[in-house]
Amino acid sequence: MWTHLGERIIGLLSRYNTLFLEGVGMTLLLSALTVAIGVFLGSFLAMMKMSKIYPIRWLANIYIEIIRGTPLLLQLYFFYFVIPEMIKFINFTKFSSVATALALNSAAYVAEIIRSGIQSVEKGQTEAARSLGLTKRQTMLKIVAPQAVKNILPALANEFIMVIKETSLASTFFVGDLMTSFKTIQGITYMSFEPLVIVGAIYLILTYLLSKLVAVYEGRLKASD
Amino acid sequence: MIKTIDLKKSFGKLKVLKGITEHIKPQEVVSVIGPSGSGKSTFLRCLNLLEIPDSGQIIFEGVDITQKGIDIDNHRQKMGMVFQLFNVFPHLTVEKNITLAPVMTGKKTQIEAKEQAEELLNKVGLYDKIHEHPNRLSGGQKQRLAIVRALAMEPDVMLFDEPTSSLDPEMVGEVLQVIKDLVKSGMTTVIVTHEMGFAKDVSDRVLFMDEGIIAEQGTPQEIFGNPQNPRTKDFLSKVLY
Repeated sequence: MWTHLGERIIGLLSRYNTLFLEGVGMTLLLSALTVAIGVFLGSFLAMMKMSKIYPIRWLANIYIEIIRGTPLLLQLYFFYFVIPEMIKFINFTKFSSVATALALNSAAYVAEIIRSGIQSVEKGQTEAARSLGLTKRQTMLKIVAPQAVKNILPALANEFIMVIKETSLASTFFVGDLMTSFKTIQGITYMSFEPLVIVGAIYLILTYLLSKLVAVYEGRLKASD
Repeated sequence: MIKTIDLKKSFGKLKVLKGITEHIKPQEVVSVIGPSGSGKSTFLRCLNLLEIPDSGQIIFEGVDITQKGIDIDNHRQKMGMVFQLFNVFPHLTVEKNITLAPVMTGKKTQIEAKEQAEELLNKVGLYDKIHEHPNRLSGGQKQRLAIVRALAMEPDVMLFDEPTSSLDPEMVGEVLQVIKDLVKSGMTTVIVTHEMGFAKDVSDRVLFMDEGIIAEQGTPQEIFGNPQNPRTKDFLSKVLY
């Protein structure tokens, strides 16, 4: 197993480099799309969760609890097999099913990130702004949100890192992400260990680089405090 | 200028205000003293509706601001408030801290607001900090900034909620001096404070609050020189030593 391991890995890399690259591309695309839609929907969910109107808060809570309380793989199956059956007038592709499931999943986590980011801004800030005669909206936009963003951005970057890893579950449906590249190569070559090492290393590099970026950004934030 | 009629407020089961009827007249300087938990801060925070009273009325400049559907933001613009914990905006420069509200509420243009901010900062000795962020200021400087931030809205009344209670002792004086100057200029002022000497010095009237009511009130001479209520006597004997 260990003899000529390096050679075999280099061999695989050179023979299947486009496959790996396509896998990385798809993983990053899927992750970016997931987080982008997740942030958009998550903001709405966070606002719903902080709403004064009970049924709205309740709806958001139920959604978040269901998403966070069931496995992502189950949600992927649901959107892959069940939703296209239920909603016939939309033509779900493999990719759109998987992307929808991932985005809706991420939205629940992002909602919590945004909510806690906003609520971590001291109450005194809101009170000071309102006592000056600013409206609720002005207070949110000019005082609370800019301070909340400082807490939210690093947590969102971590969510992005999580999502990169979670997209590997999408390989269940062969959507062409990095984990799919592994499965394809495994099928062709009957090798498991070598392509796993390669794919694992690529995931590690992606997540490591991103977390370093976050660390640099957080350091800069601290300097401005 | 501000009248309250039978103001009541509870937090859960705890009755914090048990019916406060009070009238603060234009240009009057009123100090509110009393033991902690007596409801003095809650009373002050009710005046600009940071706390919503459970019952009772607040008449500010002839308008009952506890009515439903009132535009409270409009009335708050005329009531400046200064907090114990300063609550300056950490993400904005000193200048923006001051100009934000006048500009956002349409009271002033950016240029007018900037000129005013410079003038105010000059008055309280913070002009050289105009481009700094508040994290570069000491506690006393932050509180002076908070005061001029409120003044930039050109309020008719200023509310101070224990403005020196979280300051290091050596910074209390500089903040009290700013408030003193403000009071001398004729600003209607309500100040919740533990600085008895200061209250004695600047007030036209002192309210002693205890257990959610105004237990006694009078001129500083009356309250500090010859208190009638045994609870006032007891409180003062503990804080004046």
